[in-house]
Amino acid sequence: MYANKSGRLVLGLLSRKTTAAARSASSWTAVCKQRALWRRERACLETQRHVVTCHSRALSSSQTTVDPDEVRRFQLLAGKWWDERGEFAALHAMNDLRVPFIRDNLLNVHGARHPGKPLGGLRVLDVGCGGGLLTEPLGRLGAKVLGIDPVGDSIGTARLHSSRDPDLRDRVCYRACTLEELSAQREGGEEEEEEEEEQGAGQYDAIVASEVVEHLADLETFASCCNHVLKTNGSLFITTINKSNLSYALGIVVAEQLLRIVPSGTHDWEKFISPVELERLLESNGFSVQSVQGMLYNPASGAWSWTNSTAINYALHAVKVSNYPDAEESAAHPEDRS
Amino acid sequence: MHKLTRATTLALKGLGRCFVAEQRVSSAMKLPSRGLVCAGHGDESSKNEVYDIIISGGGMVGSAMACSLGMDPNLVGKKILLLEAGNKKVMDKVPDTYSTRVSSISPGSATLLSGVGAWEHITKMRCKPYKRMQVWDACSDVLITFDKEDLQDEMAYIVENDIVVAALTKQLDSLSDNVQVKYRSKVVKYAWPKPHQAANSIPWVKVTLASGESVETKLLIGADGPNSMVRQELGIPTVKWDYDQSAVVAVLHLTEPTENNVAWQRFLPTGPIAMLPLSDTESSLVWSTSHQLAEELLDMDEESFVDAINSAFWSNENQSELIETAGSMFRSALSAIMPSAGSPRQLPPSVAGITPKSRVMFPLGIGHASEYIRHRVALIGDAAHRVHPLAGQGANLGFGDVACLTHLLSQAAFDGKDLGAIQHLLEYETERQRHNLPMMAAIDLMKHLYSTNAAPVVLLRTFGLQATNMVPALKEQIVAFASK
Repeated sequence: MYANKSGRLVLGLLSRKTTAAARSASSWTAVCKQRALWRRERACLETQRHVVTCHSRALSSSQTTVDPDEVRRFQLLAGKWWDERGEFAALHAMNDLRVPFIRDNLLNVHGARHPGKPLGGLRVLDVGCGGGLLTEPLGRLGAKVLGIDPVGDSIGTARLHSSRDPDLRDRVCYRACTLEELSAQREGGEEEEEEEEEQGAGQYDAIVASEVVEHLADLETFASCCNHVLKTNGSLFITTINKSNLSYALGIVVAEQLLRIVPSGTHDWEKFISPVELERLLESNGFSVQSVQGMLYNPASGAWSWTNSTAINYALHAVKVSNYPDAEESAAHPEDRS
Repeated sequence: MHKLTRATTLALKGLGRCFVAEQRVSSAMKLPSRGLVCAGHGDESSKNEVYDIIISGGGMVGSAMACSLGMDPNLVGKKILLLEAGNKKVMDKVPDTYSTRVSSISPGSATLLSGVGAWEHITKMRCKPYKRMQVWDACSDVLITFDKEDLQDEMAYIVENDIVVAALTKQLDSLSDNVQVKYRSKVVKYAWPKPHQAANSIPWVKVTLASGESVETKLLIGADGPNSMVRQELGIPTVKWDYDQSAVVAVLHLTEPTENNVAWQRFLPTGPIAMLPLSDTESSLVWSTSHQLAEELLDMDEESFVDAINSAFWSNENQSELIETAGSMFRSALSAIMPSAGSPRQLPPSVAGITPKSRVMFPLGIGHASEYIRHRVALIGDAAHRVHPLAGQGANLGFGDVACLTHLLSQAAFDGKDLGAIQHLLEYETERQRHNLPMMAAIDLMKHLYSTNAAPVVLLRTFGLQATNMVPALKEQIVAFASK
């Protein structure tokens, strides 16, 4: 019901990689499991990232530099990600709510610039972009979007899908890294801003983190990194799940255990966060929350709708009002935090 | 009689299609393997130009679609292409003689055309509004008239098809930034993509022209007429059959000039004959009749042809005593219940002659595609549905498709969606099938109801027509439905 792209793929990758580290992870408790996975992904990706960054310097139509086996694997995954009626149907359907939410709030702040391209001239960062389901619509609306995700396969899939569209090729970029890495790199990259402008070393008008914060171990770091890479008055858009009895009943018990719509263990109720808590967290990191709106999924029709109650899913829009003072320090030591 | 049941199964099938969404993927997967055949040429396809929307067919409906998309503010910057196999229809000066093919443009369609800026050109060239329609039966005395209250507003407009196309072409010329038009480009092959990018599938619809050039598009709109190549290549099952009727069209010269703002239609047992006003002195004839009689009419000399028309409108030979008595009984019974009787009977103008060499005939049939859409494809106009001209709705259904699809594509673009995505195409199909199917069923029913002079059927339709004529609310509903 509440599709979890990164969590599920991480679990999927876990079954594929038979490293010793992965085997030992099975002996950890469920709560620590996610954190360990993130750490391992980061460790594995350190080596991958060098290769990936080189590719990302070229335009994202990097098919010529990708191994044909890899391409086949991405295409298989693309079949899952991009099937509007498949596993991620709920995420595709959520675009009907989240794209207008982002678009209209940005239009309020920036005004309509170009006819036919409501987000023209804006730079957007999509954190936890997965296969690019939300990144592409934002690109089509005229924004220059960078999608990041620690899972290399998702990035490969996303790149392949967007490379075929001449409209998106120039506007949408992907990079397999985490937000902390991007934020850290930005410090060193300020001189190279012209070269690297598509690669995340610059500053962003908006950050989108949709269905991501419920999988993060360390929200403080997340919030301070967001603050770091955003321009002042830049927007932060989050969609996530509330921590309430109702979300436990529907999101964990019904979705995972009874109906098995979501694989068991995907969501950790402890990681859900209520809008009040999230607001508090963001305000202490230099943001001002502008609006919170509840979302409701109807499994019968497969459609989302806005609702007054934020009991289960909700969307939040916050604006950066000030630089968070300790931004540089915390960004430099992301590993110590967990 | 079995054709009536076919009409209902047609309706049920079509409506059922609306609700069976799951079959979409599986039916799309059963597409001919052209996708696989063309798939190998991955490198080649990346060199073709990729358009956002290609419209195949530059008739009234296809050109209106192109104008409508080109003028939409949310679609600014999208690449749109219109492919027309014929020549460009330019009309610098309106010809003195009227052309034989005309259409009745409803107020809804006129709104669409004025929205795209073509209606101005049409009114400057030539069009004839009419305020009333009189429909009566040859087998009885009964009639029904439709008009707007107090005859203030027009009911609809009669416009020559050539004028509509020329006006739209002129408008397209002014939209050349957004919309590209290729004339004399016949399509020889279509290649279809798989629903989601599976291995070895081309990502977009690939269109190959007779010139050897290939173009690709994210959404293909098929507006290529009743024998649509797009529909056939997709293998969309179509419910269709030919009526045993052909329509004879001609331009008539009236005996004397008259205000001529009434459309006349009389149902003969062989088929309806209609006279549509073109000007104060000329009218257009649309006579649907059996193939044999149609050929005879075409072979006749002018004088006999004119006599045949006048007698068709004026003679009473089909009426029997029984029907006449029954008719007057019904009328008195109904006027007891509803004293305010319908509008007074008017007499149609008589015909003196025809424009030489203006007689043409064409066969009639009905057709309905069970699916209007597939992955990255939508059908509009006659490619999706074809009707009998007796209700003057063929072009209007097409313009209705244009308005609906433009609105949905505009919204999709504003939401950043892929224009060829199935979600909004399904909405288009559902909305239009819900409107078109009842209309088509009604027209088909009318055609069959009036094709006989068997007494029970005549009595039934006599009573029905009289009753309808006396209920203004019902007539208003009918007019409103037909005016969309």
